[in-house]
Amino acid sequence: MLSCKDVTKLLSESMDRSLPLGKRIGVRLHLLICKFCARYERQLLLIRETARRLAATMGAPGESFGETLSVEARERTRESMKKSEKG
Amino acid sequence: MANPANLDTSVWVDRYGDYLFRYAMLRLRDRPAAEDMVQETFLAALKGRGTFSGDSSEATWLVGILKHKIADHFRRRAREAPLEEGDLGEHPDAGHMDGRGHWTTGPAEWGGNPADLYRQGEILDRFRMCLSELSPNHANAFTLREIEGLGTAEICKVLGVSETNLWVILHRARALLRRCLEARWFGTTAGKGS
Repeated sequence: MLSCKDVTKLLSESMDRSLPLGKRIGVRLHLLICKFCARYERQLLLIRETARRLAATMGAPGESFGETLSVEARERTRESMKKSEKG
Repeated sequence: MANPANLDTSVWVDRYGDYLFRYAMLRLRDRPAAEDMVQETFLAALKGRGTFSGDSSEATWLVGILKHKIADHFRRRAREAPLEEGDLGEHPDAGHMDGRGHWTTGPAEWGGNPADLYRQGEILDRFRMCLSELSPNHANAFTLREIEGLGTAEICKVLGVSETNLWVILHRARALLRRCLEARWFGTTAGKGS
């Protein structure tokens, strides 16, 4: 019988590789009787979904929201590009 | 060198600077490093503009260059700061489990419907805050896996860790993020009945 400690580890691992059949069955059986681990699984999936949303909130080029390049960085970048064009 | 007519490099910084910066910031969580990556990307793009095929948009092409720069950055960081004891140490939830490894205080019910959560964009800010509180190795592994969407074999190469260790690191990172979100977000909104 897998412990909750084992199952939380395997739930995470199953998001990165496909688990061997025996372990997969062990996890599923455990989730049937353990509401905490079932909840843990839902929350890990929500975390994955949130990370994907975050990656998708990039906006379009030219759209301004969130953090922007500092004035100094902008200048420095322009200067270095000019120099590189001449060199 | 012939400059393809459709590449006007003088407007790059204005047109794509902030866009590339946002991309780098989300992954590096470090303003000076992200600004350097943007500069390096433009310089590499200037040098390599002959290779711009026009099959993709300029923005996509620039992001492609930036991705490589970011991977290099992670590779350098991993060499400078290899895995620490704590990265592979005790299960973050161990204090909430008994000697047999079963929950004593299990995860709290977060409630709410995920779609509603995202409508309140705030959860994304809390998430970034929690991510930035992880150790660099945890945060970098999680970022490469879940934000950048790389496969584990590729991440192992970038971070110079074995696959077994990467699974442990990702497990720790997710468990710590879960704890942080529970405390920071769901803990504080529970009282508001959302």
